[in-house]
Amino acid sequence: MYSQYKLQDDSGLLRETASQTSGPFVHIGLALEIAGFESRSDEIWQDLAKEGAEGEHIELVGHVYDGNGEAVHDALIEIWQADSHGDYISNFDNKEPFSGFGRSACALDGDFHFHTVKPGQVDFYGKPMAPHVNIAIFARGINLHLQTRAYFDDEQEANEQCPILNSVPSAERRKTLIAKKEQGDGKPRYRFDIYLQGDGETVFFDF
Amino acid sequence: MSHKYPSFLSRDRTWQPEPYTPGYKTSVARSPRQALVSLQRASDSERSGPVFDGLEIGQYDNDLLMNFRADGEQAGLPIGERIIMHGQVIDQFGKPVPNTLVEMWQANAGGKYRHKKDGYLAPLDPNFGGVGRCITDAEGRYRFRTVRPGPYPWPNGVNTWRPAHIHVSVMGPSISTRLITQMYFEGDPLIPLCPIVQVLKDPEAVETMIARLDMTRSKPMDCLAYRFDIVVRGALQTYFEE
Ligand SMILES: [Fe+3]
Repeated sequence: MYSQYKLQDDSGLLRETASQTSGPFVHIGLALEIAGFESRSDEIWQDLAKEGAEGEHIELVGHVYDGNGEAVHDALIEIWQADSHGDYISNFDNKEPFSGFGRSACALDGDFHFHTVKPGQVDFYGKPMAPHVNIAIFARGINLHLQTRAYFDDEQEANEQCPILNSVPSAERRKTLIAKKEQGDGKPRYRFDIYLQGDGETVFFDF
Repeated sequence: MSHKYPSFLSRDRTWQPEPYTPGYKTSVARSPRQALVSLQRASDSERSGPVFDGLEIGQYDNDLLMNFRADGEQAGLPIGERIIMHGQVIDQFGKPVPNTLVEMWQANAGGKYRHKKDGYLAPLDPNFGGVGRCITDAEGRYRFRTVRPGPYPWPNGVNTWRPAHIHVSVMGPSISTRLITQMYFEGDPLIPLCPIVQVLKDPEAVETMIARLDMTRSKPMDCLAYRFDIVVRGALQTYFEE
């Protein structure tokens, strides 16, 4: 039967399905709590680290701003990070103290909000990358999700050595990838505000 | 040292939509103006990703005809055209993507979302929530049962309507394969009029989002079926480095 995936490019590879915005109601599908739905038995949400997770427990929060300086209230954020030893734990399991993947959404106060541990260093072809959290941003008006990384401002030495940070051409723009430690509730909180456009526009990666 | 994870074919950003697409007005203030920074080589950070085959998927999580039901006298089946939405997740080499998470959400048959911010005048359906999820099987196949969503108006131009669509999210084996799209229905005359569809420059890219009526999987006297196959970025062989 006819299927829409038979479309091929010149080299005979199938074409990736086209991306579309996640729209303003993404919460219905991916952030049920925000949409007002009851949780299903097992949800993917913003607490990556529970009691007993190894490593330094932290919060990662931030706003998303558009080119007019307005907070983007309908953004969905996904993060993927290594554990405190620098290992990616592929198997997602809410029953384990730590999972490397989480989702959050900009709530009424504008912040997304993760509870996690500070990741360890991950290897890049023999060189350590500074501790970082991989971030994807989905929202109404974003046709294909944006990808960035949050580093930590109290890892200055590691940041200076990080091959990925150093591949960002401008020192000024590199600063947009550094989360800032602020006063938290009982554990360190890092703020990573994301600027989609304009002054201080966040560095987004293609990979 | 070795890599535990495969690398992936690079994403064709001339095929995928550009960030700045002024016909879709919300993109104007939400599109970066600086060029993306290309990672010359992917690390484990990009090659790896979460695997959800251990996620406890409820019995009706992929059955939107059953997974949201009113109490008491209003309890029943959702209003609308009953459909099976099914397909296969494969990569650009045609290789099935098994055990991967497929999630979807949609408006009801009247074009209304169960979301506090949806102000459209069509009514909510007390027996319809509009969210589903499942894990692909060993051949990369997934399946949902739902109703066909209605089109709805939205404030972009003076009289802009979304074609009937279902939002679809797929993880794939890595964060590199992550993709959110929308599934449209074959033959819908609203598809070519939609500013969100028009963010794609190539008409063939639009075709990748249009589900086909599939009579072979429809159920007589019960429901029609639509097939929607999803292609994610191709996984290259795992390779080892000295
Ligand atoms: Fe929609």
